[in-house]
Amino acid sequence: MRGRLRLLVLILILLVVLYPLIWMVGTSFKSPEEIASNIGLLPESFTPGNFSSGWQKFDVNFGRFFLNSAMVSGLTVLGNTVSCLLAAYAFGRLRFRMRKFWFSIMIATLLLPGHVLIIPQYILFRNLGWVGGEWPYLPLLVPQFLATEAFFVFLMVQFMRGIPRELDEAAKIDGASPYSIFQHVILPLSRPALVTTAIFSFIWTWNDFFRQLVFLSELQDYTAPVALTLFIDSTSESSVGPMFAMSLLSLIPVFLFFVAFQRMLVEGINTSGLKG
Amino acid sequence: MTTVRTAQSRIDPAGPGPADQQGPGHRRGKRHSENLPGYLFLSPWLIGLLAITAVPMLLSLYLSFTDYDVLTPLSEANWVGWDNYRQMFTSDPTYWHAVQVTLTFALVAVPLKLAAALGVALLLNRAMRGIGVFRGLFYLPSLLGGSVALAIVWVSMFNRDGAFNSFLGLFGIEGAPWVNDPRWALQTLMLLAIWQFGAPMVIFLAGLKQVPTELYEAASVDGAGRWRQFRNVTLPMLSPVIFFNLVLETINGFQGFTSAFVLSNGTGGPVDSTLMYTLNLYIKGFVELDMGYASAMAWVFLLAIGLITVVLFRTGRFWVHYSDAEEH
Repeated sequence: MRGRLRLLVLILILLVVLYPLIWMVGTSFKSPEEIASNIGLLPESFTPGNFSSGWQKFDVNFGRFFLNSAMVSGLTVLGNTVSCLLAAYAFGRLRFRMRKFWFSIMIATLLLPGHVLIIPQYILFRNLGWVGGEWPYLPLLVPQFLATEAFFVFLMVQFMRGIPRELDEAAKIDGASPYSIFQHVILPLSRPALVTTAIFSFIWTWNDFFRQLVFLSELQDYTAPVALTLFIDSTSESSVGPMFAMSLLSLIPVFLFFVAFQRMLVEGINTSGLKG
Repeated sequence: MTTVRTAQSRIDPAGPGPADQQGPGHRRGKRHSENLPGYLFLSPWLIGLLAITAVPMLLSLYLSFTDYDVLTPLSEANWVGWDNYRQMFTSDPTYWHAVQVTLTFALVAVPLKLAAALGVALLLNRAMRGIGVFRGLFYLPSLLGGSVALAIVWVSMFNRDGAFNSFLGLFGIEGAPWVNDPRWALQTLMLLAIWQFGAPMVIFLAGLKQVPTELYEAASVDGAGRWRQFRNVTLPMLSPVIFFNLVLETINGFQGFTSAFVLSNGTGGPVDSTLMYTLNLYIKGFVELDMGYASAMAWVFLLAIGLITVVLFRTGRFWVHYSDAEEH
């Protein structure tokens, strides 16, 4: 009986927690009149028109914004996995002068709030002509190729601790250089950490707003989150449906990642305290 | 391997590494034989540290003593001494208002979020079918909740004619226009933060798994009821995890930006009630283009977060029990 009660309480909490998400899905299919009158979760008449009118709401259509987001997120994944793996190999496996010193600096940067760095970075990139430059994504992407996400460096160092050292030692005795040990031992064995890094850096970048808001100024360069804020300016009754439709679309990639990698995501935050 | 202890070790500055694991037979001369490959592999990170982190930080430290406005060349920034800092602390009521909003937000939302996370984790910490599904679904808001899309949904939900008021209407209660009311706007944002309790909950669950069942058995043999078991076994054993979540969520809490931006359309309104520190920083730097002043604000923010972290660690000594955790 106790178990039943516990289950009932859990289901109730879950319903409250999931309510906003279900409500969002329902509302994005409601007509303007229904949004005002029907307080139920599901629409009485299905109105897929919200999606097409949201898609074309602005001078540049949402396909472009989603493509921009996908490109920024994809390149961020590439930059983070490569550059953080290189740094993690050095920290975790190689002996060199001042390693401990650099490692403690890396740990210190873990705690640096991104909002503090953005002002000086903006000034720097602006003076380099990168902000609103020929390819406006440089300020968003260059840092990602320079292992500035200390979270991922740390995650991979932790992971490499678990790879048996005997493997490197054996390869060393066979005359393998640090480069070939990296290529033939560490790289293949680090795949789980690389996948975790890839998933989290995709989700974070896809959801990120602050950096993209600061660095992107032309409408055609906007990513999906920045474009979504354009809806806020026009909160007439008729734009609520399209706004919800585009919000819903923008969450789908993250949701698919969640469905596909749920286990890994949940375990990922356990290993390193990563935030979703 | 996926224990919570690995999570805590990231605050340990000694760090992992080959040197710690060297056998006694290792010759001293070979200690740094990997200098060249070491620095080669480290070079992207080193360049990033210098160019993306260190140099800009020093630059902003300098600019915080100037009246730099971004539009003029760097060389034309005028040195104003401590003026920015003096203005911030003595003659900028908006600044102090933003500090107050941020503190209120963190002091209310973080404990409630952790309490929700711990409560649900305790409910879930039983062998039962479908626990993975529950855990996953509770975690989902943590993945989606930080996005602009969800903030938009949240704000609509608490509009005058939003879903929340419709729900209250079922009971004949007439709700307020929550997001447009300066007395309630920040509370709706706190609720959005608490709604994302899934991430700390997952960490709590992993921590609860580490508590040895013998302790509960011993306690119940000694006649301890459920509450005393929770009070005297669960809480102390879980204290390192509570501490870890507290530090993490506090630092995150101070940096809330997206939801406040969406609710107020970037202004911090209604009547500055959602003017979080970072939003104020954004307005000063990127809207009013007062980069010198914004740099000073960023530095004070950094020092404040550092100070709060130190204070948390200091007080942690009194209530965090590490001794047992080391043995298991």
